[in-house]
Amino acid sequence: MGTFIVRRILIAMSVALTISIVSFMLLHLSGDLATSIAGPEATAEQVEQIRTDYGLDRPIVNQYLDWLGGALTFDFGRSYYYQSTVVDLIVDRMPITLTLGGLALALAISISIPLGVLAALKRDTWIDRLALLFAVVGQAMPSFWFGLTLIVVFAVTLQWLPAAGSDGWQHFVLPAIALGYYATPAMMRLTRTGMLEVLESDYIRTARAKGLRTGSVIFKHALRNAIIPVVALAAVELGFMLGGSVVIESVFSLNGLGQLAWDAISRNDYPVVQAVVLIIALFYIVLTLLADVANAALDPRIRTR
Amino acid sequence: MSRLEVNNLLEVKNLRVDLPVEAGTLHAVRGIDFHVERGEMLCLVGESGCGKSMTSLALMGLLPRKARLKADRLQFDGIDLTTLSERRRSDLRGARMSMIFQEPMTALNPAYTLGNQLCEGLIRHRGVSRQEARERAIYLLERVGISAARDRLDQYPHQLSGGLRQRVMIAMALMCEPDLIIADEPTTALDVTIQAQILRLLRELQQEFGTAVIFITHDLGVVARIADRVAVMYAGEVIESAPTPTLYANPGHPYTRGLLSCIPAPGKTPPGSRLQAIPGVVPSLVGHVEGCAFRNRCPQAQPICERTPPLMSLSGDHRARCHYADRPVSAPPQPETIS
Repeated sequence: MGTFIVRRILIAMSVALTISIVSFMLLHLSGDLATSIAGPEATAEQVEQIRTDYGLDRPIVNQYLDWLGGALTFDFGRSYYYQSTVVDLIVDRMPITLTLGGLALALAISISIPLGVLAALKRDTWIDRLALLFAVVGQAMPSFWFGLTLIVVFAVTLQWLPAAGSDGWQHFVLPAIALGYYATPAMMRLTRTGMLEVLESDYIRTARAKGLRTGSVIFKHALRNAIIPVVALAAVELGFMLGGSVVIESVFSLNGLGQLAWDAISRNDYPVVQAVVLIIALFYIVLTLLADVANAALDPRIRTR
Repeated sequence: MSRLEVNNLLEVKNLRVDLPVEAGTLHAVRGIDFHVERGEMLCLVGESGCGKSMTSLALMGLLPRKARLKADRLQFDGIDLTTLSERRRSDLRGARMSMIFQEPMTALNPAYTLGNQLCEGLIRHRGVSRQEARERAIYLLERVGISAARDRLDQYPHQLSGGLRQRVMIAMALMCEPDLIIADEPTTALDVTIQAQILRLLRELQQEFGTAVIFITHDLGVVARIADRVAVMYAGEVIESAPTPTLYANPGHPYTRGLLSCIPAPGKTPPGSRLQAIPGVVPSLVGHVEGCAFRNRCPQAQPICERTPPLMSLSGDHRARCHYADRPVSAPPQPETIS
């Protein structure tokens, strides 16, 4: 298990490095940064001034190595727009996105797995069909529209919960539901298929032949095996929710990382863009790593291979 | 041979298992009678699809959900299994009757250690501590010939070969000292050398622990010989049952004779000669089956075979379901020596 984790961490680090190189290059290939920072009305001298001030005239490899050196010590430079460092901005916004993503995932897991197990156990009954309907609606409905519907119903009409802002836990309920519902169908259906497959397997028959109680057969013997692919999916879904919560964050006016990235892109705030891209990539990498470790913990065939 | 029914561990009368299929109803088991005495080994022999596995699942209460079971009597140690609730049934399973399956590679849960899977049944049924259960598991693993048993408890199924896994399954079946073990083709998926070891082991354990065994196989040649009695199944019926020596010496049903003549005998069957086979195929069991199910393949079929033959008693415990069981039309094959 130890060497397994070390090997995975080394792979994860090389992936992170590759992503940082690719994103840095893409940003610099997307056009002349000095021109876009200076704006359309700037003179040629002003553009040249910005180019030398920001060090954009130096070879791109040197620029990257400088940036990497800073990044390794958590120094991502200063924002071009806000009067603060990039790190401060991210530290400021991250808790909101993490809270939202964490809540949404917790919600998605606590609904999708029991529902998937139930649908599999009650296969081809009305319960199964209802669960399927719930999944299809979740997959088909755009998350911004669902978010707006929630606002109309629970914030405007019933006035149970606030529509915007991020001051207290109440502000996270509706966005977490909107984001969590989006992640639920895939996990639910994977749980259902996994359970159906596992329940047919020989070792479930063995477990029943031992006279084990139904709960033990379903939860100890079946779910443990059916859940393995769901864990990997959950990690990807969380990565998506952290990186891709831009829509939900703007619907509910939550000042999170997604909102920051969106603003930074529209304001040509390159140090912020670069840093947020890296942070989100790191989220994905760490989550994939955690999913691998969790899979290995669940499936002995992986860890002893 | 005692036929006092109170002494029988298992009594089966007119057991039927029907499975709904697309084309209608599949009569997988069509009214079979048999009994198992305490501590004896009964061998259930038949081709694939003859209903032998369905019979074993019916006894264990593990039939597929859609299957329908009917029986005039299905009694285990005086307990009526047909009216038993699922909960009471699960109290019996693994505790008083346990099962060994055909496929050792997939019959163990890949996610749990052998120790965990060996112990859980005993803990469930007897309420013993994990430590006591582990001691019993180690004892039984050693008994079934697994070395370094204590270390094996912490291993996972994928770290073991098929033969070892089947030994683990046997140990698992013995954990609660059941009165009856149903072994459904436990050696079919294994190499021939391993097969012989496992067979010998099962026979030894059966005699040592006094456990009754229903051994299910398609192999009338080698495997069935270890049993005390043999019941031959064909198309969902028991067509002949007898003590093992009687069956081999004096088979009463043409199907049994056919099966026996299919077995090549070392030293007797000339090298390069064609092996015997029973011509034709097993009839479909979907829908109503009338008359003797074997008549289309039977070398001595007569018009009377259109009618369902009665179960004829030949001698003592020897019965065969054939109109001609007591007066064979063709001479029986050479009796073979029984070890």
